Amino acid sequence: MRAATLNGADSEALKPGADEAPGPRRLRSAPWKDVAFEWTTRLFAILVFSLLAGILLTLLVGSQLTLEKYGFSFIWSEDWDPVQEQFGALVPIFGTLVTSAIAMIVGVPVSFGIALFLTELSPAWLKRPLGTAIELLAAIPSIIYGMWGLFVFAPLFQTHVQPHVINALSGIPLAGALFKGPPIGIGMMTAGLILSIMVIPFITAVMRDVFELAPAMLKESAYGLGATTWEVVWRVVLPYTKVGVIGGVMLGLGRALGETMAVTFVIGNAHQLAASLMAPGNSIASALANEFTEAVGDVYFSALIELGLILFLITTIVLGLSKLLLMQLAKGEGKRT
Amino acid sequence: MDTSSAAVASRPAIQTAARDSARTQAAPLAELKAKLRIKGLNFYYGGFHALKNVSLDIPERKVTAFIGPSGCGKSTLLRTFNRMYSLYPEQRAEGEILMDGENLVTTRKDVSLIRAKIGMVFQKPTPFPMSIYDNIAFGVRLFENLSRREMDDRVEWALGRAALWSEVKDKLGQSGQSLSGGQQQRLCIARGIAIKPEVLLLDEPCSALDPISTAKVEELIHELKNDYTVVIVTHNMQQAARVSDFTAYMYLGELIEYDVTDTIFIKPKKAATEDYITGRFG
Amino acid sequence: MSAAIAASPISPSNPVYRARRRTNFVLLTVSALALAFGLFWLVWILGTLLYEGGNALARAALYYQMTPPPGADGGLANAIGGSLVMVSVGTLIGTPVGILAGTFLAEYGRRGWLAAATRFLNDVLLSAPSIVIGLFVYSIYVAKVGHFSAWAGSLALALLVVPVVVRTTDDMLKLVPNSLREAAMALGCPAWKMITVVTYRAARTGILTGVLLAVARISGETAPLLFTALNNQFWSTNLNAPMANLPVVIFQFAMSPYEDWHRLAWGGAALITLAVLVLNILARALFRKSD
Repeated sequence: MRAATLNGADSEALKPGADEAPGPRRLRSAPWKDVAFEWTTRLFAILVFSLLAGILLTLLVGSQLTLEKYGFSFIWSEDWDPVQEQFGALVPIFGTLVTSAIAMIVGVPVSFGIALFLTELSPAWLKRPLGTAIELLAAIPSIIYGMWGLFVFAPLFQTHVQPHVINALSGIPLAGALFKGPPIGIGMMTAGLILSIMVIPFITAVMRDVFELAPAMLKESAYGLGATTWEVVWRVVLPYTKVGVIGGVMLGLGRALGETMAVTFVIGNAHQLAASLMAPGNSIASALANEFTEAVGDVYFSALIELGLILFLITTIVLGLSKLLLMQLAKGEGKRT
Repeated sequence: MDTSSAAVASRPAIQTAARDSARTQAAPLAELKAKLRIKGLNFYYGGFHALKNVSLDIPERKVTAFIGPSGCGKSTLLRTFNRMYSLYPEQRAEGEILMDGENLVTTRKDVSLIRAKIGMVFQKPTPFPMSIYDNIAFGVRLFENLSRREMDDRVEWALGRAALWSEVKDKLGQSGQSLSGGQQQRLCIARGIAIKPEVLLLDEPCSALDPISTAKVEELIHELKNDYTVVIVTHNMQQAARVSDFTAYMYLGELIEYDVTDTIFIKPKKAATEDYITGRFG
Repeated sequence: MSAAIAASPISPSNPVYRARRRTNFVLLTVSALALAFGLFWLVWILGTLLYEGGNALARAALYYQMTPPPGADGGLANAIGGSLVMVSVGTLIGTPVGILAGTFLAEYGRRGWLAAATRFLNDVLLSAPSIVIGLFVYSIYVAKVGHFSAWAGSLALALLVVPVVVRTTDDMLKLVPNSLREAAMALGCPAWKMITVVTYRAARTGILTGVLLAVARISGETAPLLFTALNNQFWSTNLNAPMANLPVVIFQFAMSPYEDWHRLAWGGAALITLAVLVLNILARALFRKSD
């Protein structure tokens, strides 16, 4: 963006032209201020651009010890012995994946239901306050969810829900094993449920935004044939926006995977691999939160940083994919997500 | 206002909004049965009075066109017929739209049943995100439980009536969105016909189409009127002249003149109509 | 096969139709229940927060006494102060970086791959786990200087502020109509001045909204502070040393077995939530007013 200045506004940049008449001078070269400004902004953009790569690099360097020591076997090793300096990522990875899966299984249908309500069922006067309520819910810091989970939800879960569930399912082969064990209130199930509550407002907001991208004419075509509201959403709007919906769900998944505080309070911080969802466990983020400041020894440190590296890789891939999907839907509509 | 349907529906009449003197020209219409009888229809977008006391009869199995400059209310009027405005809380209608003796504005019946009887095709083609076959089957499945054979027959029939069968018969499984614009619009028409409605509403159906596709659709309309009552909104006067039997000229929410198409275009009764027809304003 | 409407399936007694109507009713009811479900948790959580934290918030001592050892009386003054300091410093560092980078994306990035790639990576960064950001700052700063510090904490927070500000600046600047830019240029305004004086001014409400939202976000973040600023029992103004902050204090106190620490933790939680909600509402009100 070059500008010709009139009246010598930037006098340093003016070069007198030998054969020019007196009066407004034209510049021969770009004013240095413009170039300086452009390059300053470019510099900071490059900084942001390199941040992700920088983080990746740093984590790789930091986990070198255990990367070399274990290679890929780190991922499926169940060990976690700081004294013997034997480490493995299986338990935290398992916990991360399980709690996130529970959060998605519970959260996605509920979010879909709320988004459906917001876009098709809600009376006009209710839409805005409800939308704001959802967005405010999404803004509540996750530590609040964690605290509430620990002090309010877990005890109630332990006394009123868990015993019944465990008893009811104890005979059944597969389900019984999933829900076995003493009711202690905290554990992977609790962490997953708290995570789902945390993730619902977020996915709802994205789904609602995506549903509103469906053109009114398309919906009217379906209504015009005599379809019911549910049919219009399920058979026309959802297929039309499905790429965006998947992108939104993956965005929620990315957040759930990386969530620390909502999970750390209630997951139980136990380095054990249990089949039962009621058992305590560990997630990558909660292991880091609980142990990083206490860690002694280079190998311990390296193991923890490698955990962080694994988490970073998983979430970056999930978030990157989600962004690609959302961009694809938005491109079709000429809008930005 | 529930009058005895049989008696009233068989008594033909045309009414225009302006109190004209008895029109001797009404003779051709006198033999026609009215499918939709609109009486004193008023429509509001929030506080804005968009349709002002509109009254007219839409004759059965003929093509009626609504013409007029932008914002005159022709699309608004069309969309009252299938209660499309019910989707939007700030839009409301008052008055009567009688079909088979029932007032569509105040009826207690389920709106989706009305909409299934009165099909609509929009300005832009709106194929559903599914295969061509499923696009057609979508509407049919809403009301009928057909076997695979019967559904195949119905799909073929609908696409045939829409002059699309030969072009798509080998790619019924492909997405509806893979067709050209003109084909998509004919797909939408086929989709609307498949459920065997009584009335077909066309809201500027050719505005997004090229001339060749437009010609095909116009030809289609000509055939469709043998079985369906067609109402078409168009901003293209020549199209109205080509395609319709009756034309209604609207301006700023009022029905100015409604008559046999030839009369409107060759010898309109109102100066306002003539001004519009001759292009004195757009 | 012409329009034989006599035996039309389009009638209220059609069983196919009736089954669909039932399904519709059931599923729409389920949808309303989903809404009730979501709101139920919201009300319960906020209610608990108010109830448990309300008492602590009402005590003036919360605001001027330091975090106590277990069993003793105390408040959260040092934590509140520390949070204020680190949030401010983090915002002060992150905002200019974000605005300038966002400016590049909106003003100079129409062609070329750098802008598109940066935008993509920025959005990924926006949702990246904040604990990893903490690890990052630990590795490049804390480990190098050998001790925890408020500077490290502020840096981690700044890294969380940047993607939010980049995104909103980019979006807001893009909304400024080109005619405004052209008008400025036609007057002979140099490009850099056009951007900083004209375009920024036009988008300033939106950018400010973005900053407010970023502040709201980092106010509640615990994970990035866990291994950067750590915590401090006492009041400290030394940015080069560990500094107390609300989120980490809450974490520590809540996970402990002591009742009075729990009470203080609730108070802190209520305080943070209040701040975050107020900031969010402010940002929205500001943005809506500008339309």
